[in-house]
Amino acid sequence: MSKKEVRDFLIIENRPLNNSNFFIKLKSNENLPDLFPGQFVNIDIPEQNEVFLRRPFSIFEVDYNDNTISLIVKILGKGSKKLTEIGIGKTLNLVLPLGKGFTLPEKSDKVLLVGGGSGMAPMLFLAKKSGLLKGQVHLLIGARAHSDHIVLNEYAEYGHFFYATDDGTFGEKGYVTQHSVFKHSLSDYTKVYACGPLGMMKAVAAEAKSQNIFCEVSLENLMACGFGVCLCCIEPTTKGNLCVCTEGPVFNVNDLKW
Amino acid sequence: MVNLITKIKDLELKNPVMTASGTSGFAEELNDFYDVSLLGAVLLKGITLHNRDGNLYPRMAETASGMLNAVGLQNKGVDYFIKHIYPRIKDYDTNLIANVNGSTVEDYIEVTEKINELPNISAIELNISCPNVKEGGMAFGISCPSAIAVTHEVRKVCSKTLIVKLSPNVTDIAEIAKAVEGQGADSVSLVNTFLGMAIDAEKRIPLLSTVTGGLSGPAIKPIALRMVWQVYNAVKIPVIGMGGIMNATDAIEFMLAGASAVQVGTAIFKDPFIPVQIVDGIENYLERHKLNSVSEIVGALQI
Repeated sequence: MSKKEVRDFLIIENRPLNNSNFFIKLKSNENLPDLFPGQFVNIDIPEQNEVFLRRPFSIFEVDYNDNTISLIVKILGKGSKKLTEIGIGKTLNLVLPLGKGFTLPEKSDKVLLVGGGSGMAPMLFLAKKSGLLKGQVHLLIGARAHSDHIVLNEYAEYGHFFYATDDGTFGEKGYVTQHSVFKHSLSDYTKVYACGPLGMMKAVAAEAKSQNIFCEVSLENLMACGFGVCLCCIEPTTKGNLCVCTEGPVFNVNDLKW
Repeated sequence: MVNLITKIKDLELKNPVMTASGTSGFAEELNDFYDVSLLGAVLLKGITLHNRDGNLYPRMAETASGMLNAVGLQNKGVDYFIKHIYPRIKDYDTNLIANVNGSTVEDYIEVTEKINELPNISAIELNISCPNVKEGGMAFGISCPSAIAVTHEVRKVCSKTLIVKLSPNVTDIAEIAKAVEGQGADSVSLVNTFLGMAIDAEKRIPLLSTVTGGLSGPAIKPIALRMVWQVYNAVKIPVIGMGGIMNATDAIEFMLAGASAVQVGTAIFKDPFIPVQIVDGIENYLERHKLNSVSEIVGALQI
């Protein structure tokens, strides 16, 4: 694994994708370490006295040619809000690479990637990095309403997309676990991955477990350090209380006490 | 070249900057970022006799200029440490200091006896100030008789440098410091976290599973500094200062108030390189002030 570092990045893009999500692209002037889907970066929030600790964000895109990392930032509080207000050309300080990523699928796998809200970010990264044919990758993306959906057409080549909204304004009406793909064809998949709200991931995990399908989820427990020293972000597992930041954030659902 | 060598009784540090227990794991996590031999010492995560799962999630709440934690000494116990962790870290070229905890005096004695056998552990920090455990911990550190009892017994089985980590949750911290000095403590380190709490007003619930937890970070620095000053003036043994140190200036302030060395804790969560930057900053300060040795600033506050 790459050595961990603390590094400054330049903000080269910072724009809204919809009401609550922003796209932020960061550039380093040095080569990037290897970064994998499911790993995260921990960002120091500048110019903000009320935010003391860094804020962790899952990696959405990496481009080793121009040394850029992209993130999808959902506004949840003061830290994320401030981040979306910082102008292009300003510097952000990141700790990276953090956490263990998803188990990459094998050539023979057929995968279902379930993303809720900004949780779609690592799912798209995984789709791109999977090395699978488009037909082997299905992405099921859920949001509250059409206006909350992030639709990125450039990802169409990496898999087939299915959408669900709570209010039925885009794709099928209901939760992702009520979507026809999930309800009727889950057994077609050999690996299921999920990232999004806890309730969504628990529902996906319960169904995958009952059908004995490999399933990994990405957790986002509150953390102070991000590299395994504060022991605040623990998740109870079959192996005891584990740090989400170093032993996760990706866990196989069979190891969780859900 | 300025001299940064610092002595805590028989323990020699290449510089006065240590990490604080519970903020730097077992040194390996920091070594993922840089060579820990740059530091004077690394204080290892608190060790207990048996495995402890710690408290339930949530264990952390961000507060104004700091944070609360309620980890509750999660660790796999002293035997696991000796068998699995110590062999991996023992050759780091820095002083490794074990932080010893217990629910009873007997626990403290047994853990100390086992750690005392490890040649590459430089010193023992007796933690009588953890605010996040139901039994023992801080209970030993908030009254003179119990602080005396545990220090007295541990001193008998500890041949290494013995540092006693004090709680700030007392009326007179200097009194506790004097009490443990009287039992043979080689040094005192202070302060551990302040007992605090945080509430979610909308949901009407506490933000920590334990309701209360330990406050750390810059929010506590002025109080910690005052306590270091009071203890420095009350005891003859070296004082190790900590509490909200974020940079070299903060560290120097603690040293001027009487700390022979400092521990950097919560700042590591913000940036794991801060302890290393503090070493450089102290060196720079000494050069600017045309001082030859870091010992010249210890207690050098002019009043």
